[in-house]
Amino acid sequence: MQSTLALDIAHLLAGGIVLVSFMMLYQDRLFALLNMFTLHALVLAASVAWQAYIQGAKHLYVTAAIALLFKAIIIPLALHRMIVKLGVHRDIETAVGVGQTMVAGMGLVALSMALMFNVTSEADPLVREDLAFALSVVLLGLLIMVTRRNAVSQIVGFMSLENGLVLAATGAKGMPLVVEISVAFSVLVAFIVIGAFLFRIRERFDSVDVGALDEFRGDRR
Amino acid sequence: MIEGFDPLTAVLACPLGAAMLLAILPGNRLAALINTLASLATFGAALAILLGRRPEAGQYLFIDDLNIVFIVLNTFVGLTTSIFSGGYITHELETGRLSPLRLRFYHGMYQLMMFGMNLALISSNIGLMWVAVELATLSTVVMVGLYLTPEALEAAWKYFILGSVGIAFALFGTILVYLAAQPVVGEGYDAMVIPKLMENAAAFDPALLNVAFVFLMLGYGTKVGLAPMHAWLPDAHAEGPTPISAVLSGLLLNVALYAVLRFKMLMAANPEAISPGPLMASLGLLSLIFAAFMLYRRRDVKRLFAYSSIEHMGVIVFAFGMGGPIANFAGLLHMTMHSLTKSGIFYMVGLISQIKGTQRIADIRGLTQSHPLLGWGLLIGVAAIAGLPPFGIFTSEFLITTSTFARAPLLALLFVFGLIVAFGALMLRVIDMAFGEPSQSVARAEASYLPFILHLGLVLTAGIYLPRAVVEWFQHVAQILG
Repeated sequence: MQSTLALDIAHLLAGGIVLVSFMMLYQDRLFALLNMFTLHALVLAASVAWQAYIQGAKHLYVTAAIALLFKAIIIPLALHRMIVKLGVHRDIETAVGVGQTMVAGMGLVALSMALMFNVTSEADPLVREDLAFALSVVLLGLLIMVTRRNAVSQIVGFMSLENGLVLAATGAKGMPLVVEISVAFSVLVAFIVIGAFLFRIRERFDSVDVGALDEFRGDRR
Repeated sequence: MIEGFDPLTAVLACPLGAAMLLAILPGNRLAALINTLASLATFGAALAILLGRRPEAGQYLFIDDLNIVFIVLNTFVGLTTSIFSGGYITHELETGRLSPLRLRFYHGMYQLMMFGMNLALISSNIGLMWVAVELATLSTVVMVGLYLTPEALEAAWKYFILGSVGIAFALFGTILVYLAAQPVVGEGYDAMVIPKLMENAAAFDPALLNVAFVFLMLGYGTKVGLAPMHAWLPDAHAEGPTPISAVLSGLLLNVALYAVLRFKMLMAANPEAISPGPLMASLGLLSLIFAAFMLYRRRDVKRLFAYSSIEHMGVIVFAFGMGGPIANFAGLLHMTMHSLTKSGIFYMVGLISQIKGTQRIADIRGLTQSHPLLGWGLLIGVAAIAGLPPFGIFTSEFLITTSTFARAPLLALLFVFGLIVAFGALMLRVIDMAFGEPSQSVARAEASYLPFILHLGLVLTAGIYLPRAVVEWFQHVAQILG
């Protein structure tokens, strides 16, 4: 089953996720960022489904379906509504400069490639590259989180980070379903928790800019 | 023992069942009572596990000498905190800081958190352990934000974001461990079961294990509150209800530490992998010294003791990082003593902040005059946590120091330096609060003193006389920790 073509497609899809992560890095409008995240989740679902096919692992189709249903449809739709309701859809984010962010992103990808290829020299080539891509997505998700000040985009960054974890988990052959379900579950819970928080934050501060929270540090009272 | 009674299931079923029951039950008094009863039942189940015959290790749950220490401690502090929480929460309800609906939510979440922690401790599957730690984290996040004040929201948000990133790293590390195990143990559940992993660890790919351990250490280390990943900890402790500060410090940090120790043992079982000791010892030492200096600048009493928790987690991780029978024994003892003392102190602090209506250290004065029991209690508690004899913490710190001096004198000097700096800061603050002209009180205390007296009594007893059975038990655990 593991023909060159099958491997190539797997790489293409995993690499596609990294690419979309890069595209998320420079979106300065919330709706655009959300659209990119939807694309991110779609590519992830495709990638997981392809892994399910070439590994012959049926349970991975479940993971793919969860990714498609929750991350590509329900969560973007709900966040979309939330943004409109909060009235922050016109906010433009003054993130760290696009140039610096992209350079930092490339550095992170190079780092994860160098690390993972060295460590997994004896492993299956599919697993190796999958892991390297997954770590890149995780680190890029982290970068998105630290360069944003808006609570909604931090959440989006966090969920893209979780997509990286799903990618890693599916690359690991025969990894029990427990983890995948739990990732889906955690996104769901996180989503509810966050939703509740966002409204509260908005209520108290008239903004979802996390910078506004900084003034309420107990020691400065 | 009753036929068909499985304490392992009971330790999970009691809190889970209670969480569901409490979520639908109205009425504060009744809920507080059920909360305590459920915690008592859980503690009883934990004792039954301790005294009964060990069940065979399963695919999901297992008991060995290491996790039983954590389970007994966890359920015991869970019980005493639920006793304290009853009175504390009633006061919060009367002053209008919490509505009845949110209180119902609080009780349900309390038991859900206990369930998550117990599951993390007895799960034999590293994936399940991760899920349980995540569950415990999420339930504490909402508890920290319970008051919905701007400060509480900020604390909960910070905790959520940092905790989630930590948890994400831990999952990545878990996946890497699976990948290392899979060629040796085979695909599927077996490659995630701790006893199987330990058996075959020597044959794992050491390079993968090394990277995995770094991720796990960073991930679970965030939850332990090690510097420089500690930023969530002081806020989370300061802004939530005080019973939650007590369980955060006393229990949740331990659960994350347990996860670190499990993977440390796994690393130690592979001769070619890097030794995890130096990494742990340096992170521990860094946390200790950093937190010791940070203690001087604290103006909020709960934040003060939160930083003290970072300091003590540093001490414990340092001890386990140094390794060897004596340091491991001391680390285990220190962990137990710290849990008991720190949650005890938080009970006192909770009462003080209710009586004085503030958490600002500058507004709390002359406690020994206005409230002798509270003032002297706090003073004694701080003396215990700062490491004065004859309390148990002195014993463990003394053991860590002597065993380190024998092997790495320079590290021991740094270690002692950190302890002395922290001691000075704590004494400075507590003397301000305990003596002088009493400041104004706004309310009467209602919560029970019993849990505090019980905890401090245990710590004092352990400092004077440690029963032989306990010593042997801890020595045995110290040996398997390597």
